[in-house]
Amino acid sequence: MNNAQASGNGGPANVIEMVHVNKWFGEFHVLKDIDLTVKRQERVVICGPSGSGKSTLIRTINRLEEHQRGQIIVDGTELTSDLKNIEIIRREVGMVFQQFNLFPHLTVLANIMLAPIWVRKTPKEEAARLARELLVRVGIPEQADKYPGQLSGGQQQRVAIARALAMQPKIMLFDEPTSALDPEMIKEVLDVMRELAHGGMTMIVVTHEMGFAREVADRVIFMDGGQIVEAAPPAEFFSNPKEDRTKLFLSQILHH
Amino acid sequence: MKSETTAQVPHSVFWRTTEFRSIVYQIVALAAVVAFGWWIVDNTMANLAKRGISSGFGFLMPPTEARLPIGETTAIPLLRGGFLYVVLALAFGWIASILLTRWGRGHGHAAGEDLRIQAGVVGLVFLLPMLVLYATRGDFQTVLYDETKPYLIAVLTGVMNTIKISFVGCVLATVVGLVIGIARLSSNWLVARLSEAYVETFRNIPLLLQMLFWYSLVLNTLPPVRQSIRLFGIGELNNRGVYLPNPISQGPAPHFLLSVGVAILAIYVYSRFTKRHQERTGEQLPLLYPSLGVLIVLPGLAWLVLGTPFQFEFPVLKGFNFQGGLVLSPEFFSVLVALVIYTGAFIAEIVRSGIQAVTKGQREAASAVGLRTGLVMRLVVLPQALRVIVPPLTSQFLNLTKNSSLAVAIGYPELVSVGGTVLNQSGQAIEIILIWMMVYLTFSLLISLFMNWYNAKVKLVER
Amino acid sequence: MRIETGQSLQPFQFDAPRLARAALRWMRQNLFNSWFNSLLTVLALAIIYEVVSGLASWGLFNAALFHFADGTISFGRDACEGATGACWAFVVSNWYLFFFGTYPYDERWRPLLAFGAIIVLGLVSIHPRARKSWWVRGPFLASPVWVLLMVRGVGVLDMQLVDSANWGGLMLSLILGTIGIVASFPIGILLALGRRSKKMPIIKALCVVYIEVIRGVPLITVLFMSSVVLPLFLPEGFNLDKVLRAQVGIIFFSGAYLAEVVRGGLQAIPNGQEEAAHALGLNYARTMGFIVLPQALRIMIPSLVSGAIGLFKDTSLVGIIGLIDFLAIAQLSTGNPTWIGRNVEAYVFIAAVYWLFCFNMSRYSMRLEGRLKTGHA
Repeated sequence: MNNAQASGNGGPANVIEMVHVNKWFGEFHVLKDIDLTVKRQERVVICGPSGSGKSTLIRTINRLEEHQRGQIIVDGTELTSDLKNIEIIRREVGMVFQQFNLFPHLTVLANIMLAPIWVRKTPKEEAARLARELLVRVGIPEQADKYPGQLSGGQQQRVAIARALAMQPKIMLFDEPTSALDPEMIKEVLDVMRELAHGGMTMIVVTHEMGFAREVADRVIFMDGGQIVEAAPPAEFFSNPKEDRTKLFLSQILHH
Repeated sequence: MKSETTAQVPHSVFWRTTEFRSIVYQIVALAAVVAFGWWIVDNTMANLAKRGISSGFGFLMPPTEARLPIGETTAIPLLRGGFLYVVLALAFGWIASILLTRWGRGHGHAAGEDLRIQAGVVGLVFLLPMLVLYATRGDFQTVLYDETKPYLIAVLTGVMNTIKISFVGCVLATVVGLVIGIARLSSNWLVARLSEAYVETFRNIPLLLQMLFWYSLVLNTLPPVRQSIRLFGIGELNNRGVYLPNPISQGPAPHFLLSVGVAILAIYVYSRFTKRHQERTGEQLPLLYPSLGVLIVLPGLAWLVLGTPFQFEFPVLKGFNFQGGLVLSPEFFSVLVALVIYTGAFIAEIVRSGIQAVTKGQREAASAVGLRTGLVMRLVVLPQALRVIVPPLTSQFLNLTKNSSLAVAIGYPELVSVGGTVLNQSGQAIEIILIWMMVYLTFSLLISLFMNWYNAKVKLVER
Repeated sequence: MRIETGQSLQPFQFDAPRLARAALRWMRQNLFNSWFNSLLTVLALAIIYEVVSGLASWGLFNAALFHFADGTISFGRDACEGATGACWAFVVSNWYLFFFGTYPYDERWRPLLAFGAIIVLGLVSIHPRARKSWWVRGPFLASPVWVLLMVRGVGVLDMQLVDSANWGGLMLSLILGTIGIVASFPIGILLALGRRSKKMPIIKALCVVYIEVIRGVPLITVLFMSSVVLPLFLPEGFNLDKVLRAQVGIIFFSGAYLAEVVRGGLQAIPNGQEEAAHALGLNYARTMGFIVLPQALRIMIPSLVSGAIGLFKDTSLVGIIGLIDFLAIAQLSTGNPTWIGRNVEAYVFIAAVYWLFCFNMSRYSMRLEGRLKTGHA
């Protein structure tokens, strides 16, 4: 089953809708009036300086963070405190973390199989088969019975991607997936993400990898100080940024 | 504004949220606890009524007389007269000094910088209580237990005995722990192994066993009174206890103690002065010898001018026993020895890991800039080691205080021992157990507060 | 002895002069490298000599073990006639009392079998694969139940019911200790989870109050409470025997301490683990059960073993509330007119057994800790 199918037949065309979303950490206003719509199979890259709220933004989508004001609608389901809704949404949204967060006490295969077995109630045989397929897809089928501690960073992150894909989500969120990797391992992870994108998966990626953004993104969003400052297709974004803050940011990261 | 594409939004239901569930769980838990408590109280009331035992703490008060023998009675200070004034002076001094430092900070005088504020703090916290202590010296009231006194006094005597043995135990155990812990790190292989053997031996044997062992050893091997062993010509050792000369304060004693207090104050002031002098001019004024001098001269003058402050009362054999002198009963002695040896082993480990936590690199760096070993210890190693040592040391002090309760098996009349007897005699089990819990929880709280204060102070100084 | 880096390993040659020179060199470096150290060494040697010779003369040279007469060896009173040192015959002749208390002699195979089974389970679980199998875990977790049944008796097959008043000695201490640890484990985990609950302050408060109160009071007060006050809490006619009361007290006491150990373990697990589990859709129970607790438990094992050692030592307090545990046997055995006054031998023997248990458990936990640090245990 490819990503296009995974991203859903039927269902709303806008797979994520965020309307006037606001969030505070105590006194600190971390998300200010966010309005964002993501279409099915769209690839969105979010960039910005640290502290701009970009990680918080995508973490609100699967309720790892709670928004205090505004609406978030994921694949037709509104995200509120209702546990049933949260459960439905988390099943359709996969997440890849900066620190991989693989479960060190389980083998690679067990890491991938865990959620399908216990959340989607997949029988063990089928879950194992699915897991092995995914390992082939991310390029490391031979690591199936190893423990995460025995793998390199790049391999671990690829396992994390496979683990998220095992739930057959409609949307994949990436929270700075390559920031914790040594430079020589960034490419292998980006390759997997590229393949996912070409396969039609709806993706929201928070990253500093501008090459990836240029190549893969349908839209690049720049965030600063909790607000979406600018959003445009990559060609326009990189060559013709409109806002001063965007220009400043681009000059800092593209010319060092 | 809701989007038109949301065709089939599952309804958001309020009862499926974590907030709702948390509230429900909490209400259920609270209700369960309350219901359980109610059932227990109900049963207890019924059972007590059946046995004809009344509840309430009234049994502690007069006119009920205790009529139980307590082997060692420590005087209980009464919170009136002298004690009251000193406690008030301490509290006032402490609060006033905090307010003073706050005021100073608010008006731009940091306590560490401004001499006047420091002087004020020292005066309030140290000089004021000392003067009050001196002024009220005749007025200290205590109560000593005897069998006509009410149960309350018996229980308080138990508390005083617990405090007595815990305090002495903590001090001695710290000394033992320091010595053994440092010995463990000695370059002398034999000494290091010996201390390791000490720690491994005494940590792995139950404390109660050690207490019983020392007690039976003391009782079995010490000679009877008639053949008492003379200690260094001034004390006695026999199976009734250890007898030491008892210092009895004479007339000039308060003046003598006052002079000691003044001497300490003078040394403190002088030490701050030398520190400021060093900061300003770089010159290091002598501290040790002048301090010793003041400590000897000032009280010495008081002694010469005013007369002997202390007379020693020596134990004298009268009839079947020794009279006079300071008595350490075999019970006190064996409980103390066991507590000190056992807790000392744990403290040794704490000290060792605290010192080892200061990595070798620190010591090397300090030596590399030319500091002598003594200064390396004082300025670099000890401050860092202390930070690691103090928290677990606190909990060992608390453990020692709690472990003193094992003295009930030996017969040393500390709180659990006395309480147990009162419990058996009066039948008021619940009240006694509540008293135990309140007293020990108070100890826990006090020791935690004190050490938290110390920890915070050490941390601030480091910054 | 550590090998300094730089020294090459040479085949061991028994060359007396060279050995002597090496030994002297070592002594000079480690024992006499300064005048202060030399003084310490002399002092240490003096202390060792005094202690060891005193112990040896009391415990070995002047001690008596058996009495040989008419071709038979006996361990009776007369074995110790005229011995100025320890009377080990006392220990030998009372061995059953020390280990089983007043348990009926004919039924001794039952506790022996029960504890043998536990030891076998322990040995088997050294193999990592065995540890995961529920054939091992099941009996281990259920051990409180079947050990109790075996010791007490079930009333089938003519098994004599042995009232708990007759349980004593080392057997009783082990029962109290192992059941204490195993039963307090779930309590400790629940308390720790409750304590770190961010969304339910009432539950957190209840857990904190329980933990801090129990940890703030001495064990003896908890034991007094469970032995004197617990019968008052229960309705009329609900009779708990003494051992059960003590066991309940030990369990509740140990639960509070275990809660702190579990809390430490939980704190060591990074938040990301919970987040990843939530992102995958696992609920609280599954997140805790599959992801957080298994990792935390692994980290906690050394502390758990420490706790177990502490608890085993603490069971010695039940003598104060009237149970005849291993320590209390000392009093019981020396009450016998034949053996009066032999407390010291009793205490030394009991101390030695406790020491063996606790010392080995702590060595084991240190080894576990080392293994956990380097990889998967």
